[in-house]
This record gives sequence, C-alpha cells and structure tokens, in this order.
Amino acid sequence: MTAVTQEREAVAAGGAMRAAERSALETLRHGLRLSPEFRRGLGGTAVLAVLATLGKVIIPFAVQQVIDHGLRGAAPDVPFIRNMVLLCGLAVLLTALAGYLMNVRLYRATESGLATLRGKGFRHVHDLSVLTQNSERRGSLVSRVTGDVDQISNFMQWGGLMVIVAAGQLLIATIVMAVFSWQLTLLVWACFLPLIFVLPRFQRLVAAGYTAVRERTGDVLAAVSESVVGSAVIRAYGSEDRTARRVDAAVDGQRAAQTRAQKIVGLTFPVTELVASVALAGVVLLGVELGLHGSITEGRLVAFLFLITLFISPLQTATEVLNEAQNAIAGWRRILGVLDSPADVADPENGVTLPRGPISVSFEGVGFSYPGGVPVLHDVSVDIPPRTRVAVVGETGSGKTTFAKLLTRLMDPVSGQVLVDGIDLRDVKFSSLRERIVMVPQDGFLFDATLEDNIRFGRPSATTEEIRLALTELGLTDWLDGLPAGLDTPVGQRGESLSAGERQLLALARAYLADPDLLLLDEATSAVDPATEVRIARALDGVTRGRTAVSIAHRLSTAEAADEVLVFQHGRIVQRGPHAELVEEPGVYADLYASWTSATRS
Amino acid sequence: MSSKVSTAVMRQGLKVIGVAIRTEPRVFTAAVLSSGLYGVMTVASSWALGRATEHVVLPAFREGRTSAGALTTAALLIIGVAVLKALGIMGRRILAGIMQYRMQAASRRAVTRQYLRLPLAWHHRHPTGQLLSNASSDAEAAWGPLAPLPMAVGVIVMLVTAAVAILVTDPVLAIVGFLIFPAIAVLNLIYQRKLSPLATRAQQLRAEVSEIAHESFDGALVVKTLGREDAETARFQAKADELRDANIAVGRVRGLFDPMLEALPTLGVLAVLLVGALRLQSGGMVAGELIEIAYLFTLLAFPIRALGWVLAELPRSVVGWNRVQDVLDASGSMEYGTARLDGHGPAEIEMSGVTYGYDPEAPVLRDVGFGVTPGRTVAVVGPTGSGKSTLTQLLARLIDPDRGAVRVDGTDLREAARGAVSEVVALVPQQTFLFDDSVRGNIALDRDTHDRSTDEQVWAALRLAQADGFVAALPEGLDTRVGERGATLSGGQRQRIALARALVREPRLLILDDATSSVDPQVEKRILYGLREGSARSTVIVVAYRMATIALADEVVYLEHGAVADHGTHEELLARCEGYRNLVTAYEREEAERAAIESDEEVVA
Ligand SMILES: Nc1ncnc2c1ncn2[C@@H]1O[C@H](COP(=O)(O)OP(=O)(O)OP(=O)(O)O)[C@@H](O)[C@H]1O
Ligand SMILES: Nc1ncnc2c1ncn2[C@@H]1O[C@H](COP(=O)(O)OP(=O)(O)OP(=O)(O)O)[C@@H](O)[C@H]1O
Ligand SMILES: [Mg+2]
Ligand SMILES: [Mg+2]
Repeated sequence: MTAVTQEREAVAAGGAMRAAERSALETLRHGLRLSPEFRRGLGGTAVLAVLATLGKVIIPFAVQQVIDHGLRGAAPDVPFIRNMVLLCGLAVLLTALAGYLMNVRLYRATESGLATLRGKGFRHVHDLSVLTQNSERRGSLVSRVTGDVDQISNFMQWGGLMVIVAAGQLLIATIVMAVFSWQLTLLVWACFLPLIFVLPRFQRLVAAGYTAVRERTGDVLAAVSESVVGSAVIRAYGSEDRTARRVDAAVDGQRAAQTRAQKIVGLTFPVTELVASVALAGVVLLGVELGLHGSITEGRLVAFLFLITLFISPLQTATEVLNEAQNAIAGWRRILGVLDSPADVADPENGVTLPRGPISVSFEGVGFSYPGGVPVLHDVSVDIPPRTRVAVVGETGSGKTTFAKLLTRLMDPVSGQVLVDGIDLRDVKFSSLRERIVMVPQDGFLFDATLEDNIRFGRPSATTEEIRLALTELGLTDWLDGLPAGLDTPVGQRGESLSAGERQLLALARAYLADPDLLLLDEATSAVDPATEVRIARALDGVTRGRTAVSIAHRLSTAEAADEVLVFQHGRIVQRGPHAELVEEPGVYADLYASWTSATRS
Repeated sequence: MSSKVSTAVMRQGLKVIGVAIRTEPRVFTAAVLSSGLYGVMTVASSWALGRATEHVVLPAFREGRTSAGALTTAALLIIGVAVLKALGIMGRRILAGIMQYRMQAASRRAVTRQYLRLPLAWHHRHPTGQLLSNASSDAEAAWGPLAPLPMAVGVIVMLVTAAVAILVTDPVLAIVGFLIFPAIAVLNLIYQRKLSPLATRAQQLRAEVSEIAHESFDGALVVKTLGREDAETARFQAKADELRDANIAVGRVRGLFDPMLEALPTLGVLAVLLVGALRLQSGGMVAGELIEIAYLFTLLAFPIRALGWVLAELPRSVVGWNRVQDVLDASGSMEYGTARLDGHGPAEIEMSGVTYGYDPEAPVLRDVGFGVTPGRTVAVVGPTGSGKSTLTQLLARLIDPDRGAVRVDGTDLREAARGAVSEVVALVPQQTFLFDDSVRGNIALDRDTHDRSTDEQVWAALRLAQADGFVAALPEGLDTRVGERGATLSGGQRQRIALARALVREPRLLILDDATSSVDPQVEKRILYGLREGSARSTVIVVAYRMATIALADEVVYLEHGAVADHGTHEELLARCEGYRNLVTAYEREEAERAAIESDEEVVA
C-alpha cells in the first residue's frame, strides 16, 4: 500500500482532520515555529518582563528593610522608612512602564503571528484536495481559522510571557529566600516538589478536556451553518423542529464538554493553594525551631513569610498558565490538523509549465475509487486530440463527474495516469494547469459581490470592456441589459439573488473569460432554458474553434453537435464515436437517445 | 460625549450581567457564596499568619522557647484556612463556568431558533458567515464577564472584610487604604471609555474574517478550478490583518491600564508602610498589626484585578450581546393564521393578482393569476429568470406575495396555521440541498425514523424516484451518511434523494422546480411515468423545459418577464404563442438547422 492510499484511508476512517500525534510540548514548539513573528523582538520583551518582575520583589524587600532596619530601634527610623518608600514608589512606577512596553510588544508579536497562522491555515485548506475538503464540514473548517486561533491568543498574550516572568520570579524568590535562610528554602522546595510530578498528569486531563471543547465547537458551527444554508428546504418541509433538535444536540454537547473541562481545571487549580499552606505552616514551625537555636532573626523570619507569597504567586500563575496553555494547544492542534493534512493533490515541485495552444489529453488505464468506497472508474483509456468537441454522456452515477475531476486534477487517479500534451498531470505546475484547463462545475457557486466582480474572478486582470465583450460573445447582452443595475448588480450570498439559470450563465462567462485551452462543462447549462442554451452552444462553438471542449450533459443536444461522444456506464467507457454512428448501433447511447427524443418531441 | 458612551456601555453591561443573574439565580448565588468564602478566607489567611507571628513567632523569639500546642494550633489554622479557601476557589470556578456555559448555550439555541423562524427574505440579507459568528463568537463574548464575575463579587466581599479588618486594627491606616479604592474605580472608568470602541471594532472584524472564510470554503471548488487560491488568501489575509491591527489597538489600551491597575495596590502597601511607621512612632499601633495590614494589602493586589477583568470584558460583552439581540429582535417573521388545510385528495390551487418583488420596487412577478383544479398536472415554462422558482416559493409559502393571494382549497396561505402548509405541500427546489445525515434521515426528516412502516414508505418513495437501485448498493443502505450537502453522491443521485423526500410525504400538492435536470433522460422518463401512475392523489406543478415533462402535463402556464404570457394546453400554446414555441422547440430547430448545413456541405462537396 502506498503512502497516499494509507493517507486517504486515514482520512476516510477518521473523518475529521487530526494533527499528527504530538506531545503538548512538540505541539507548542511546532506551533511557535509556524509563526516566526512570535519570536521577533522576544529578547527585548523578555528583558522588559524581567524588569516588570523585579518590581514585584520590591514589596517584600521594602517590608524586610522597614522591619529590620527601620523598626529595629526603640523608635522607628522615619526618614529611612520615608526614603525607602519613595524609592520603592519610583520603582513601582518604572515597573508599570516596563509592563506597558512589554504588553504592547507582546500584543504586536502575537497578533502578527496569529494573523500569519490564520493565513497559512486558510491557504492550506484551499490546497487540500477536494476529497479532503469534503471530509470536513465547512463550519468546522471555518472554526479552525477563527475560534481555534483565538484560543491561542489568550495564552500567547497573557500566558506565554507569564511563564517566563513566573520562572524569573521563582528564581529570584528562591535566591532571596536562600539568602534569608537556606533551611527554610529547602523546606519550601520540598513541599512543592511533588507538584512537579502531579501537575503533568492533571495537564493531560485538562488537555483532553479542551480538545473535546474545540471539537464540539466545530460541531456547533457545522450544525448552525447547515440550518442557515438549508433554510429554504427546512421551511419547505416544516422541519424546523428537527433542525432545532440537531442544533440543540450540538450546543448541548459543546456545553457538556466545556463544563467538563472547567470541572477538571477547577479541581486541579487549588492544589497549589493547599501545598502553599502546608509550606507556610512548615516555615512557621521550622522557623521558630531555627529561631530558638538562633540561626534566624525574627525580622528575617517574618520577611521570609512574605517571601513565600512571592514564591507561591508565580506558581499559581504557572498552573493557570499551564491550563491556558492546554487550551491554546487544543487550538493549535486543530489548526495543525489542517496544516498536517497532506495536500495529497499537490502542486509538484519544479512542475512543468506547458506552452499555451492546442491541447491534447489522454487517459491511460485510469481507475478511481473514492476513499473507502468501491471503484467507480475502471481502466478508462481515451485520447482527446486537440481541437475536438467531446460530449460525455451516461447514466446518473456512471462516473462522468469523476472523470471530469480527474481530467482537471481535482483528484489523482488510483491507477493509471492522465496525460496532457504527453505529460503526466501530476508533473504539471498548477498555475499552468489551471490556466489551460478550466472546469465549470454543475452548481455555479458565486461570491457575494457584483456580477462584474464574479466574472472577473476568472481573470483578475480583465477590464470591464473585456468582460462586456465576453458576455457579448456568449450572446448574453440581452440578458445583461435586462438587469436593473447591469454589471453592478449584486448577486447575493452564493449568488442566491439570481435565478439558477442566471447563476449558471455567470459561471460560464467566468470560465470563458479565463480563456483556457480546454473548457470542461459539467452540466454547466442544465438549468438554462433551451433557447438560451442553444444560443450559448453556438456561441461557444464559434469562438472556441481551435480549443478543446469537453461537455458533460444529460441534454443530448450537446452530444449531437460534438465531434465525438464518450458513453459511460458503470465507470467504463462503453461506446465512443460521433453521434451519427452511435445512434445507428444498438446500445446504451441509442437507448438514451431514444428516450431523449421522445422527451423533446411530443 | 465619549463619557456618555462609556457610562452607557457600563449600564448596558451591568444589564447583561443582570439578565444572567436573573436566569441562573441559584448557580450565581452558589458561585458568589463560594467566592465569598474564598474572599473571607483570603483575609483570614492573613489573619492566621498575623496571629501566628504575634502569638507564636514573636513570643518565641522574645522568650526563647515555645509550646508545641501553640505551634500546632498555628499550623493547623493556616492549613485549615487554606482548605476552606481552596474549596471556595473550586466552587467559584466550576460554578462560574457552569453559569457562563449555560448562558452561552441558551443564547446559541435562541439565536438558531430565530434563524429557523425568520423568513427567507431575512436570510437573503444576512451573510452566512455573519450568522455563524452571531451564534459562536458573539454568544461567547456576550457572556464573557460571567467567568470572572463571582470572583469580582467575592473580591468586593473581600474588600469589605478587609476594610472591616483594617478599621478594627487601625482606623488611620484604614483611611490610607480607602483612598486607593476610589483611585482604582476612576482608573477603571477611563479604561472602559478607551477600550469599548476598540473592542467593538475587533468583534466586528472577527465576524468579517469568519464571513470570508465561510464563503471561500463554500466556494472552494470554484477557487480551485480557476486557480484563484492566491487571490483568495490575499483577500482573507487582508481582513485577518485588519483584525490583527484592531487587536493590537485593544492590546495597547489593555497594556497601558493593566499595569497601572496592578501598581495601585502596591503603592497602597507602600503608603501603609509609611503611615504605619509614623503610627508606630507615635505608639498608635504595634508591629504585628502593621505587618498584618501590609500583608493584607499584598494579598489584595492580585484579586482586585478581577474587578478589572469584569470591566475589561464589558465592552466586548455589550457588543456581543447587542449583535445577538439584533438577531433575536429581528422582526418580519411570518405570521400564521389558524386555518388547517386538512382536506382530502389533491389540492385545489388558485393564484390571483400575485405581485412579488425581492425588492418591492422591482417586482419579478406581476399580476400573476391562474387556477388549477384538483388532480391536474400543470407545467410552468418560461425563459431563464422569468420567475418560475419565485412562483414555486410562493406556492409553498416560503415567501408571501406583496399583492394578491395564493389559495389552496380556497384558503389564503397566510391564514393557514403554522406547519399546515408544509404538511400539504411538498416542494423539490431547484437547488438540491441534503443534510449531513443518513439517507433515511434525509428522506424521512421529522417522521419517526425507527418505525418499520416508515422504512417501507421510504423505500417506496425511493422506488418512485428511481433511487432504490443505487441506495440499495450503498455500503450501509438507508443508513449511509451522505456527507455535508450530500457531497458523497453524484448530482443526479442527490436530486433523486430530494425527490424521494417530497414523494414520501404523499403531498396533496407536489411542486417540482426543475427537479430532474441532473437526471439522465431514461431515468427521468421512468420517474415521470411513475409519478403519473402514482400521482392520482396529488396536484402537481412542475417547472420544466423538456418536452416529455411538458407533454405529461394537462396544461401549461407560460411565464415571460414575470407575467403569465399564456395559459392552456401544450398544443394550444404551440399554435398561438410564439415565445413558447421558440423556447420548447429550440433543440429541434437547432438540429434541423444543423442537418440543413450538413446537407449543404454535402452538396458543395
Ligand atoms: N465524494 C464521493 N465520495 C464517495 N463516493 C462518491 C463521491 N462522489 C461520487 N461518488 C460516487 O461515485 C459514483 C460516480 O459519481 P459521479 O459523480 O462521477 O457520477 P456522474 O456520472 O457524474 O453522475 P450524475 O449524472 O448524477 O452527475 C457514484 O456512484 C457516486 O455515488
Ligand atoms: N433572492 C433574490 N433576491 C433578488 N432577486 C432575486 C432573488 N431570487 C431571484 N431573483 C431575481 O428574480 C428573477 C426571477 O428569478 P427566478 O429564480 O424565479 O427565475 P426562474 O424562472 O426560476 O429562472 P431559472 O429558469 O433560471 O431557474 C430573476 O431575475 C432573479 O434575478
Ligand atoms: Mg455528475
Ligand atoms: Mg428557477
């Protein structure tokens, strides 16, 4: 079994995209690597963070100074205390300034990094093969480049540096504490050491909890998306209640996952609190003991008690940050799930750029099966010489669209190969391929923009004049003139402000403007009225002379006009030849034609 | 002006919080109690430490000895307080989470209910991506402050406790401490004012980013076939970059105010030390008390920020809440009457003087009127964009006419009760839509899906739609999941499932809007014959171009530019209506012309 088929089966079996199994740390590292912006200026930010942290040592230090020096004598040394306090006040303000600068730098770095990450994820979704795209629901894909990335920002803006700050704080606290009393410091460390072994276990639970939340969130988006996109059908069948139940199930699933994650976090978080109190009690006991032996002064012991807070609070922050990190890692896993999914139909490195001009295509023993499914194309071999007009006909489900997708390399064959001008499609550079071969799929998806923008999607450099010319050449001027705002008419969501036929006309114009050497129409005019269809067919005929055209159609008028007809049945080409010959021989085509003629003529 | 904005935001924000408290009073109370416990215990922990210092540590140093009993009590006190505090934290966190998630889920449910209730016209006006973000990130933002809320309430409890503790210990120091709190409040207010417009913008952009992603992934096939990945990525990246800039702007404000809010309590501690020293000097207090109060302030420094968190979340919350509320308040939902349409046998249809425009200024149907006697089959024919689909939507009451009326069995559809129309009328729309569900689920929809008889009905419908063959061949038969929008089926297979979905309901009025366009002629023929034989119980309205379909109809309504140009039998229209003739005989004429050209060529050759 090749790597590719294994991959495909993994996709089929798993359904959702999953990141390769990585430990949390690797995920983190990988995630950080994906956004180099995170590291830009990190040194400066870290210095500021350390400064900001130093500020936090000021209080215990001041307290210690005040108690040990200011209050030692019978009467407190007020000028000393005043100076200390003023000095500390200044330091606190400087600390706040450092904090501000650190935050600004941090926000800039992380938001830039996340914007890049969104872009990369988005791009990769488009690079995935059609099959992989279809294995995941749209809403869920959307959440991977939106909400999932947002999860990371929390951690990066607050947590990431907090870890550094907390570590710094811990270090400083340990050193200062050790200066005061190494015995007590050892005791404190001894109390916290077990946490190092326990916390990772908790973290794994937390991580699983958050990952479930992200997945359920994707489900919610998918369910909501379906209820919005399918609104017409839902209303027509009065199935609002059923849809609402499906949405409710998804929402409840999400809520349950969130609550579960929160419970885990809630139960693990106070552990540090408990350990801290044990440490504190221990210090009181041991401190008094030490004091009795004269190895520590009372001022030092009291200051030490303050220092413990300094030691505990970064630990608490660290637990919090670790939880937040698990959330971020869950988000990262989801976006890595996209980025790790191989773009199995990928742009070849050093791909061939083919010269434009007449194009020939051949299928050599091509077989195909959808992941986890039975073969739907068997050993298809066919040559399409340059400048031919080919019609592809066949029963519903016979493999025509599959054939088209292989021809345009939306998918790669499982066996055999597809050649264009004698070169395997897999070796042709995408930009060259998409320029030469363009398919118009059956449902002409339009973007929520004006008519003009949608047509220009086929060739961004086209001028308005060229767009008008294209519409004229296709014989659509009358239709265009009938529209209230002409080229500026907005087409609405997915083109829903146009009629189905109008959408197809636009999709056709868009592909036509792209001016490919091979135009592949997959039932591209199925919703257009016969008069317009005939007009378009004729226009295409006139202007695409010299190019190759492949049309899939159930309306056999297309087949009649073609140079050659390919008849598909159960995934094989069972008949081929010009229409005139095929109608004469008994077979699939003659039958189809008979029912077509009985359909068109009364 | 902006101060008014910010107080308004504040007031609204508190209102939102009020809604949550009223909805979940018990959870909220429990969370606040836990948080209060936490607050009191935080203060108590400083008291425990102070007590240990005053009664155990200092005496021990002074006297050079100590008793095991005093030591143990001190240690147990410290630990006992911590245990209670930990319980408080647990309760607060978990309960706050439960409250927040419940509210979010409730919003999500309410919003989608509303999506399902609002008319199609409303949907046309709102991008899917935006609706998605209403249900996800806006619902999340709206209830964002609930997470830190109990903590904040706890902090208030803590502050009050601390205040009492300080007052009891030393009134003069208390005044110093109390000066800090108004300063914090003022700072927070300024914070709000600066933050809220920025938060609004960021939230809006978040929705726009999701909109682009949704649209672009929806049209992934087109993007791919035209090789436009780079352009789409650029479009998305531009919006993502705008979001980035908006977030950085938010970060700048947060970055400025957060350290300031953090610094204030610290400054308070320093002030306490200074004043405390003076008080010590004058003998107004003892060292232990000063230490206790100083410790209290260091403890307060962290939790007091929780107040800031709630306040920082408020603007975003208000924005999210308003966006959710806009959906919930959207009017124009369909009005329903009380009439039932439970007659028997095929329905009688009457359209009279119907005018409809998606934009009322530019009607796409004008004064359309025709009647259909029960059991007849009517073909609706017309050029692309002439209003056929619009007509079918009116018949299924997906939209209401601007003028005129659509009647079924003499009842105006607007007077029909909720759900009455869909019980009687089944529409197979031109654009096939399948749910991400099993074949059975897609066909049976609301019917009890485990019922054996339903299964039989489903198979019967599949047979009628000529789909039984391929469904039986699917790996799991009726239980096979079809993927989002039926992605794992071929175009024709999807259409036939959609057809079966309508047929299984045995509707009294069946409307087929070009529902066999992706089906090959042979299958179409079989479906049509099946329909004719089985359709004695239905009135059928069928939008079609193919002659076979039209020939099957008893009469034809020919639409042109949104008006009925002619109505009669196929033969009548062929004879007297030129537009109709041109349309339906286009293929024949084309073929004839081609034949003529070919014979010409032969003559020339
Ligand atoms: N994404 C998919 N996953 C699994 N099976 C699929 C997928 N797409 C299509 N199939 C199956 O492959 C077979 C061929 O489908 P294809 O779309 O090529 O048919 P077609 O000839 O274009 O039919 P139609 O005329 O209905 O469009 C069908 O049986 C279909 O169910
Ligand atoms: N949601 C909408 N908003 C605005 N205009 C619309 C909307 N839907 C359709 N239209 C316009 O109304 C007119 C009639 O559309 P309709 O879909 O009813 O045509 P049709 O006869 O079904 O065409 P076709 O044969 O292409 O399916 C068209 O000009 C179309 O542009
Ligand atoms: Mg197909
Ligand atoms: Mg239509």
